[in-house]
Amino acid sequence: MIIPAEYLLILSAVLFFIGVFGFFTRRNLVSLLISTELMLNAVDINFAVFNAYCQPQHLEGYIFSLFGIGVAAAETAVAIAIIINVYRNIHSIHIKKLKNLKH
Amino acid sequence: MNYIQFFDMRPEVALLAVYLILFMYDLVSAGRYRRLFHPLACMLATAMVAVTLSDRSTFTLFGGMYESNAMIVFMKAVLAFGSLLAILQAHKWLRSEHTFYKQGEFYILLLSTLVGMYFMLSARHFLLLFIGIELASLPLACLVAFDKYRHNSAEAGIKYILTSMFSSAMMLYGISFLYGTTGSLYFTDMVQHITGAPMQIFAFVMFFAGLGFKISLVPFHLWTADSYQGAPTTVTAYLSVISKGAAVFTLFIVLIKVFAPMIEEWQTVIYITIVASITIANLMAIKQHFLKRFMAFSSISQAGYIMLAVIGGQADGMTAMVFYLVVYMVANMAVFAVIESIEWKIRGAVRRETCNGLYRTNPKLTLVMTLALFSLAGIPPFAGFFSKFFVFMSAFSAGFCVLVFIALINTVISLYYYLLIVKAMYMMPNEEPVPAFKCDPYIRIELILCVAGIILLGVCSFVYSGIDSISFGM
Repeated sequence: MIIPAEYLLILSAVLFFIGVFGFFTRRNLVSLLISTELMLNAVDINFAVFNAYCQPQHLEGYIFSLFGIGVAAAETAVAIAIIINVYRNIHSIHIKKLKNLKH
Repeated sequence: MNYIQFFDMRPEVALLAVYLILFMYDLVSAGRYRRLFHPLACMLATAMVAVTLSDRSTFTLFGGMYESNAMIVFMKAVLAFGSLLAILQAHKWLRSEHTFYKQGEFYILLLSTLVGMYFMLSARHFLLLFIGIELASLPLACLVAFDKYRHNSAEAGIKYILTSMFSSAMMLYGISFLYGTTGSLYFTDMVQHITGAPMQIFAFVMFFAGLGFKISLVPFHLWTADSYQGAPTTVTAYLSVISKGAAVFTLFIVLIKVFAPMIEEWQTVIYITIVASITIANLMAIKQHFLKRFMAFSSISQAGYIMLAVIGGQADGMTAMVFYLVVYMVANMAVFAVIESIEWKIRGAVRRETCNGLYRTNPKLTLVMTLALFSLAGIPPFAGFFSKFFVFMSAFSAGFCVLVFIALINTVISLYYYLLIVKAMYMMPNEEPVPAFKCDPYIRIELILCVAGIILLGVCSFVYSGIDSISFGM
């Protein structure tokens, strides 16, 4: 049985917008990071689906997914390092505490 | 595979060589040799600019993934020159207690972002473009959070990296739909399948949002003020000029190479963002008291002006854009160098009131700041006037008369807030002005280069005609 491409695209769209929703509503830096990870993973699904259904003779989409995963990992590493730095400075990772720069 | 073709990419190879030398020097040098690190970095960066400028060839590599021509190489040289100015400016900061031991990291992170920008400019395949953009923004986040023991820096860093991740996810989502509808990731193949179908418009909007974050156009500008204020001043200067310039140029290339068939749609999108960025940023800038925050809003509105050159998509637009970027670079770097010098003198953030009466104690520095602000505002004898003029001309010839009119009104508003600082420096009385001081010698070199640029770029027409002879459009 072959799953229609639309279902997979709907899955990735739902995943993406869960990420967007989380990014705007969460109040913790690590949750924000997880939300952006969700968005990036949705993109990877999208690339894999388009490759499998539209261009099965090429590998461009799969390769792009692989690079996407790698870059997402690098971004997470940098973001976590900065979050640790924020924690060391103010002993909190709640974004309400991040308002020094407004004044 | 023919490995010799790697050496055709002369700017990248020169950059890589500088990178490796500095990396090795960071590892092996100790004691008093550490003091030679900064002069070495400056000399190598100068050599890099020279090598980059000497390259003029036109070629494509890796099956069309990488393209280089005279215009792209010139833009790379401009970015390299901007990085040289940033390195010059960093001297005193790198000498300070908490940064001295990680001085090497600064150069290496800076050059990593630069190589990412080079690939952004040359990429003709979305995978390479994506890697370039990420390589340009990730080390930049590390640079923004470089002052480990200063809370503001960490806060600015986390704001920058989270918005940058969010924006790159948006951009990738757009690229995935472009891939789905066109079946390829090569610019040359994609343009044949672009029809302006709804899904492609959706993909374009997502892609534009992603790059808009990097350029900090108005609906996507919310990180700008905070990140600019919290970052070390050198990094702010780098962020506001070089990173922005590379992103604008990349956007122009993608628009004319990939989205050319749907020009009506993207012109509408850019029209709205220009009006929003110029107007909102100008109104916000008036209220700012911190000079760095003020410069952040000024840079958002300047980004709007640069987009005026992009909207036509023609060759004269590219000329105007590159010329504007060069002029904007020298003026903005001068302003940030002055801010950094004052910051080191008073050991704190520079407010507008801090500048009160600066003329009486530091007349030369005040003069430089005035020239730079006049150039940013676009007052005639300086280069800023000509760059604004060419940008308006290109938008006008593309048929956007109302847009040019709105931009002109906004120029007057911007004149008001730039002159507020000039007024503070010359006219406002102050009991305790910033005491007289001598700038760091490296900053002095930077200021001389910038002032020469501000004055000469306006009067020497060969720069503009030189750029004009190599620019390309739709």
